Amino acid sequence: MALLDVSDLSVVFQRRGEPPFTAVDGVSFSVEPGQTVGLVGESGCGKSVTSLAIMGLLPRRGAVVTGSVRFEGAELLSLSARQMRDRRGRDLGMVFQDPLSSLNPVIAIGLQVTEVLERHRGMPRRQAMVEAADLLDKVGIPDPRRRLDEYPHQLSGGMRQRALIAMALACRPRLLIADEPTTALDVTIQAQILALLAELVRDTGTALIMITHDLGVVAGLCDEVNVLYGGRVVERARRHELFRRPRHPYTHGLLASIPRLDAPRGERLVPIRGSVADNIPWDHGCAFAPRCPNALGTCVEVTPQMDEEDGRLLRCHNPVQENQEVPA
Amino acid sequence: MLRYTLRRLLQLVGVVLVLSMLIFGWLRALPGGPVSALLGERGTEEARRELTAQLGLDQPIFVQYGKFLGRALSGDFGASTGVQPGDSAIEIFLQRFPATVELSVVAIVLAVLFGIPLGYLAARRRGGWLDNLGVVGSLVGVAVPVFFLAFLLKYLFAVQLGWLPASGRQTGGLDATRVTGFFVLDGLLTREWDAAADALAHLVLPAMALATIPFAVIFRITRAAVLDVLDEDYVRTAESKGLTTSVIRRRHVLRNAMLPVVTTIGLQTGALLAGAVLTEKVFAFPGLGEALALGFERRDYPVLQLMIIMAAMVYVLVNLVVDLSYAVIDPRVRTR
Ligand SMILES: Nc1ncnc2c1ncn2[C@@H]1O[C@H](COP(=O)(O)OP(=O)(O)OP(=O)(O)O)[C@@H](O)[C@H]1O
Ligand SMILES: [Mg+2]
Repeated sequence: MALLDVSDLSVVFQRRGEPPFTAVDGVSFSVEPGQTVGLVGESGCGKSVTSLAIMGLLPRRGAVVTGSVRFEGAELLSLSARQMRDRRGRDLGMVFQDPLSSLNPVIAIGLQVTEVLERHRGMPRRQAMVEAADLLDKVGIPDPRRRLDEYPHQLSGGMRQRALIAMALACRPRLLIADEPTTALDVTIQAQILALLAELVRDTGTALIMITHDLGVVAGLCDEVNVLYGGRVVERARRHELFRRPRHPYTHGLLASIPRLDAPRGERLVPIRGSVADNIPWDHGCAFAPRCPNALGTCVEVTPQMDEEDGRLLRCHNPVQENQEVPA
Repeated sequence: MLRYTLRRLLQLVGVVLVLSMLIFGWLRALPGGPVSALLGERGTEEARRELTAQLGLDQPIFVQYGKFLGRALSGDFGASTGVQPGDSAIEIFLQRFPATVELSVVAIVLAVLFGIPLGYLAARRRGGWLDNLGVVGSLVGVAVPVFFLAFLLKYLFAVQLGWLPASGRQTGGLDATRVTGFFVLDGLLTREWDAAADALAHLVLPAMALATIPFAVIFRITRAAVLDVLDEDYVRTAESKGLTTSVIRRRHVLRNAMLPVVTTIGLQTGALLAGAVLTEKVFAFPGLGEALALGFERRDYPVLQLMIIMAAMVYVLVNLVVDLSYAVIDPRVRTR
């Protein structure tokens, strides 16, 4: 049984005086125990909303969530707010993008770690403090005992993110969701944090959903990758296959727009043309069609369905062929 | 922290010195004066001159100020000429200070006790009936003049319904033992429960009138601050940890939302004296405000000088307390 099984998940935001907005549109994927799965896509494609829906953290009013999110077989979407609260931090942990704003500025780091331990593992404060120092040590924070009494503003950006990772993993959840955990950090620190995450999930057997707009991040970390576009999964493949042979023109474009160490010298980076503002609604065809170098007439008439081929999933009428040079 | 406090107290000396000059000059520049106030328009030229000399008002103003400052440094602020003629200004101040403090404390406690929880609830149920009522109500609360509200309360609850006393600090003829000058406290200390209850009953209406504006302001600031904090990433982090609502509320939301509220409470406390002048007048409450109003009517220089200097000192001290409590709540201030 999969650890997490997301199927046909949709999130529609309804604001008074505005037309409903579908941020996530029938997303399905699953995560096996200990597996690392990537959710990749440009800004606004629904990565964060998907993760918040899994965590039960979307605003109760104004966001309509449908579909199914099964965790170890239990449907999370039908849990009460209180039941979901019991699971967050214990079964599922989450790390967010901006470590500074994600930490409470007026509370010492120690308490921000121990409060999870007290809540879910019923530890008394004293014992929790010892455990917290241990946790900070595990995520590579030097001199952890002293750090317990410090406040977020006294830590460096990288250390803050390490502290947040320690909090998220404090109760040894089976699933960790990391939503662009390195975007707000310096490049050198980014690599360290990614290495730390990789090491931690490997050692603890935690499954990880890695959310990023950067395929480079995915390259070193994920077993399987879901590429999202306009709230839908457009391609899913195992990491090696995706990198070796991207099939969806959008995936292809993403790969062509990141610097690669193994790229032949002189190859230019090609950004994807246009922006999400050019999208057409999914029910009129393929949302990516207006930006797609491979677009055909059918692409703006018939909505592409998810097809399975060679163990990967693909939603495209005219996928990239092997050795095809895609014009920018 | 200690050095900071000392520096602020030194600043206080400067503030008081400058303010004493300003108030000294300003009072003497006002039309009329203690002489006309005491003798009326009918006083003879002879009597006027004599009184002017007696009060020292015939001397050049900086000589007057120099003498005032010299005496003030040794604790002598002169004798009252109009409020309670003959009594020393200090005596009058000490007599009335507990009354106004008692009134202000009850008012600010009321404002905080209602303003913070209601502001919090309004923010949590944004757009609900409590929120809408609170927002409109607090707008009215700020807009309605204090003396009008004081009259209204007095008329309704004291005159018409007779539930509460209409004026004063204590029912005439009640024999209560004085210890501190704070009547409620005295009643409690001496276990004269009826005296304590009587003093408290006298406080209710004026304190309510005085509390309206601070309440309205604290309500609005709390509501706005909580709304801001609820949107913060760290509240989402707290939620992602599955913490109970009560921990999230107390530890993560309220604590951060209190930062602007503490400043507001300080400013409102400092501004209470202005409201106290009007409230005390309506309820004939023998506090500083009443003395201040009377002092202006009768151009009682010594009393006015002392009161205004004291008011400024209290204001500065309250703000110091605010800044210090800020440091207690916010580690970013403390560890800089
Ligand atoms: N609370 C909300 N109310 C209304 N619309 C929302 C809300 N949260 C997100 N959206 C919209 O849903 C869409 C998807 O947002 P989401 O945050 O999931 O994007 P993302 O893929 O995480 O992008 P980014 O890389 O910028 O984080 C966006 O168009 C966003 O404007
Ligand atoms: Mg996002």
